[in-house]
Amino acid sequence: MPEKFTVEIISPNKSIIKVETTEVVIPSYEGEMGILKDHISLITFLRPGKIKIKDTNKIYYVEDGTVEFSNNNLLILTSTAKDLSEIDKNSLQALIAEAEKKIMDSKITDKEKYLLSYKINTLKSINQ
Amino acid sequence: MPSLDDLKKRIKSVKSTQKITKAMKMVAAAKLRKAQENAERGRPYSQKMQNIIFNLTKSISDPENAPKLLVGTGKDEVHLCVVLTADKGLCGGFNSNICKLAKSNFKKILKDGKQLKIITVGSKGLDQIKREYGKFIVKKFSFKDKKQISFNEAETIGNEIISLFDNNEFDKCFLFYNNFKNVITQIPQAQQIIPTKNTTYDIKEGDSFSYEFEPEEDEILEDLLPKNISTQVFKAFLENAASEQGSRMTAMDNATRNAGDLVDKLTINYNRSRQASITKELIEIISGAESL
Repeated sequence: MPEKFTVEIISPNKSIIKVETTEVVIPSYEGEMGILKDHISLITFLRPGKIKIKDTNKIYYVEDGTVEFSNNNLLILTSTAKDLSEIDKNSLQALIAEAEKKIMDSKITDKEKYLLSYKINTLKSINQ
Repeated sequence: MPSLDDLKKRIKSVKSTQKITKAMKMVAAAKLRKAQENAERGRPYSQKMQNIIFNLTKSISDPENAPKLLVGTGKDEVHLCVVLTADKGLCGGFNSNICKLAKSNFKKILKDGKQLKIITVGSKGLDQIKREYGKFIVKKFSFKDKKQISFNEAETIGNEIISLFDNNEFDKCFLFYNNFKNVITQIPQAQQIIPTKNTTYDIKEGDSFSYEFEPEEDEILEDLLPKNISTQVFKAFLENAASEQGSRMTAMDNATRNAGDLVDKLTINYNRSRQASITKELIEIISGAESL
């Protein structure tokens, strides 16, 4: 059995979850990243995507956030984390429409475009 | 000597005031529990955020080119003070304690020949500060119509601070708020947020790790620092909200007790003068009867 480490998701209002797990997949800024025990110390960003925590079957949708891994403690600071099972399907449609409208705007930067495209993809995959 | 009727009226009015203060105390107590919970739940986020920034700072390779938000502009000319107060009164020394601390700092800043800029949040602080320092106020916020202050409001203020900073409007930024320690103790605080200063943490050398960064540390810092400002403002909001309710509760508790004391005193006075008038009438009747 693989060894476990702690994962903690904290939003400005409260601590969302703190559990022991064997693997967490985070949507890091430069690509999805799987984190196992004894990962090297790391600081990175999140782009819109899904945080998957193994063993608990919990999946969270996030839009942004900061991740720190050190001493087998994975810390995710985000103000946008939502439990997938608590997301309302109707509001999802509205969010997708809003994001699609934004991405058509020619004024936004490449970075914003990159983030928005991930947002749309993730939201769509949740919506299925 | 007030007449019996006057005393009666006063007792009645003090009693009704007592009822109001008692009700306010109870409302404050209920709100306090929620606000305190919020403040305590919000603490880890801001603490961890500071922690990450601290770790980042240590591993930054080129301090000369580090973001200005972190190391400052190198000057110490203009100070921006953000004073967070409540929108409601009747909460004891809550608002005046913050203002007192802020004003003593203003005085020092001006005495040192530096420039002062003030942002006020909450109408009570504005009222107290504008009398003396009105001309230094550059911006005022009030979230009177909001029932509960959320992260968005903190972000509005954070963004305002950052845009001022980007325009080189100030060199140092301080937050003034009340730190919630417990129900009866709230400590007014001045926290420096720009440049980021690590006052709360004292991490030993052995705790430092070499981190892997993705993307580069400068990029992370550039994104994280503005976020940290909003987070610190938000933390101040939460602490303030809890302190306000705690302070109000204690103030109203005292008011209720004082009203009780006053009622007791007035009742004794009332009874005494009633007795006096009875005795007086009796003497009159008796002496009248004797003279017959």
